[in-house]
Amino acid sequence: MGKTLFDKIWDAHVVTQAEGGIDVLYIDRHFIHEVTSPQAFAGLEKRSIPVFRPQQTIATADHNVPTINQHLPIQEKLSRFQVEKLTENCEKFGVELYGLGHPYQGIVHVIGPQLGITQPGMTIVCGDSHTSTHGAFGCIAFGIGTSQVEQVMATQCLLLNKPKRMRISVDGELQSGVLSKDIILYIISQLGTGGGTGYFVEYAGSTIRSLSMEARMTICNMSIEMGARGGMIAPDATTFEYVKGRQFAPQGADFEAAVQQWSELYSDEDAVFDKEYHFKAEDIMPMVTYGTNPGMGIGVKEQIPQAADSDSPKSYQKSLEYMGLHEGESLLGKAIDYVFIGSCTNSRIEDLRIVADYVKGKKKADSIKAMIVPGSKQVEAQAREEGLDKIFEAAGFQLRQPGCSACLGMNEDKVPKGKYCISTSNRNFEGRQGPGARTILASPLMAAATAIHGKIVDVREEVI
Amino acid sequence: MEKFIKLDTTAVPMPMENVDTDQIIPARFLKATTREGFGDNLFRDWRFDNDDHPKPDFILNNPTYQGKVLVAGKNFGCGSSREHAAWALYDYGFRVVVSSFFADIFKGNALNNGLLPVQVSPEFLHELFEAIEENAEVVLSIDLENQKISVPSKGLESDFDIHPYKKTCMLNGYDDIDYLLSITDKIKDFEKSH
Repeated sequence: MGKTLFDKIWDAHVVTQAEGGIDVLYIDRHFIHEVTSPQAFAGLEKRSIPVFRPQQTIATADHNVPTINQHLPIQEKLSRFQVEKLTENCEKFGVELYGLGHPYQGIVHVIGPQLGITQPGMTIVCGDSHTSTHGAFGCIAFGIGTSQVEQVMATQCLLLNKPKRMRISVDGELQSGVLSKDIILYIISQLGTGGGTGYFVEYAGSTIRSLSMEARMTICNMSIEMGARGGMIAPDATTFEYVKGRQFAPQGADFEAAVQQWSELYSDEDAVFDKEYHFKAEDIMPMVTYGTNPGMGIGVKEQIPQAADSDSPKSYQKSLEYMGLHEGESLLGKAIDYVFIGSCTNSRIEDLRIVADYVKGKKKADSIKAMIVPGSKQVEAQAREEGLDKIFEAAGFQLRQPGCSACLGMNEDKVPKGKYCISTSNRNFEGRQGPGARTILASPLMAAATAIHGKIVDVREEVI
Repeated sequence: MEKFIKLDTTAVPMPMENVDTDQIIPARFLKATTREGFGDNLFRDWRFDNDDHPKPDFILNNPTYQGKVLVAGKNFGCGSSREHAAWALYDYGFRVVVSSFFADIFKGNALNNGLLPVQVSPEFLHELFEAIEENAEVVLSIDLENQKISVPSKGLESDFDIHPYKKTCMLNGYDDIDYLLSITDKIKDFEKSH
């Protein structure tokens, strides 16, 4: 019987099996950041042991850095202390750090792929659930807790039960104005927030194949929002072309040899998945969420479903109450207060280009407060080089500096209580963007259109 | 990690479903560099209003319900991988979370910190909620050795699954890292051919 892509990579990384059939999985790359690493470093210190493979460990500061005046000391005391602690730990343990001010600094899941550190066939972990992003390159990449961060630091390995395999195929042509963010929000709305729990997902089908690497990353990024441990896409010519020439990618003949190996990374035709789903691209509309988990999403032309149709009406009602929305209501025309364009889901150069292309020559609605936060220093530099910053400025937006920002509001980029924010990020949980903030997840194009109109519109009617 | 063998305790019911780790511990409280003290901010925004006054209608502020077991609605612990969620529950005093379904990362984090996730059927979970609603002082018994959760006074009992390796760790207070450190020679051998 053939093997799935997931099994090929997993099996190649099993060092040994421990008691009870649990696998010891070798980890090729370990990304760390300031929030989930300090207790892990402290654990190593307590045991007086080093980082086992510091050259396979890459650090950056992203979660609670400010997105303006990054050249100045961080104002907020606790954030400053945490970022300083990361610097101190990286120096002490010999880990490369792309900290504030470094030209490679940025959101951990943006910089890995951008620098060519993320490569097909690897196992990649980070103390952050959106590590699934790297799966777009045909990697097994997933988020871990701090105890596991410590384990990887200490041994470059993790003890894991092998998850089950799921394949989600999307075939056909997308409607104009529908982006990869809409695909994944649609899939999550169909499967629910627990639909992928226990599984590792492979995304396949003609629609997925036709996407750029950055669009694929957006899809894999949100795999965790349906509970899946990770998501992956078989590498192909698009992948190889993206990786080629990047700083830490193999160069010259080494690259050619690597491509030979990477070309073997696909699910065999007779490979069996534990679960399969098929979707049609034509069925996908621009998506918006209306509740407090990413599974609560609808097409922009649809109405908010009835509580009675949900499998937990009480939780559903509480969610709508928090959002100030009602069953049967349409979000089309809904007035919005804030627009956030950023996060590890949608802060790459293509996302900024999509936004710039739409807002060029237009003006942001006066009622809207908007933030555009690039995913990395490199994205920021590229945007400036292409003159996108000028386009944003003319339309009334400010291009800020890189970080996780208003995706989780650890820094001062927050949405006030009761205000609506259309956000290109990945979570609409209660209080995610600040206590009482009301988040509506959408694509960068929907967010840009909302900023211009001051309300939610159907971008399909605008981009033809 | 502390050992977990058997526990008899009253329980706190929280039937809400899809409780994500942002609710268990909001991101703005993740700035500490140690593992202690997160219990103070457990369920912060459900527990306290903007002026830091306890919200009387939230279950943890209701003195009727006390105990070391949190009985929760399905898909508990979804969302962010923050281990701080498991630390906060443990620091607050919980030793067991019962639900009909746990998010993967949370479950792993809980097990790595001596907080036992007990997965039961939706029907049994419903019966637990009913038993607690009927009598807040009803005692739940969680026996890890025999993998049984019961409410002796009501005659309710259910088996639960746990990976044998994780069971051994919980019963003995072992960490994964101890095992991994013991096989570094194997890991180095693997690296040579990888």
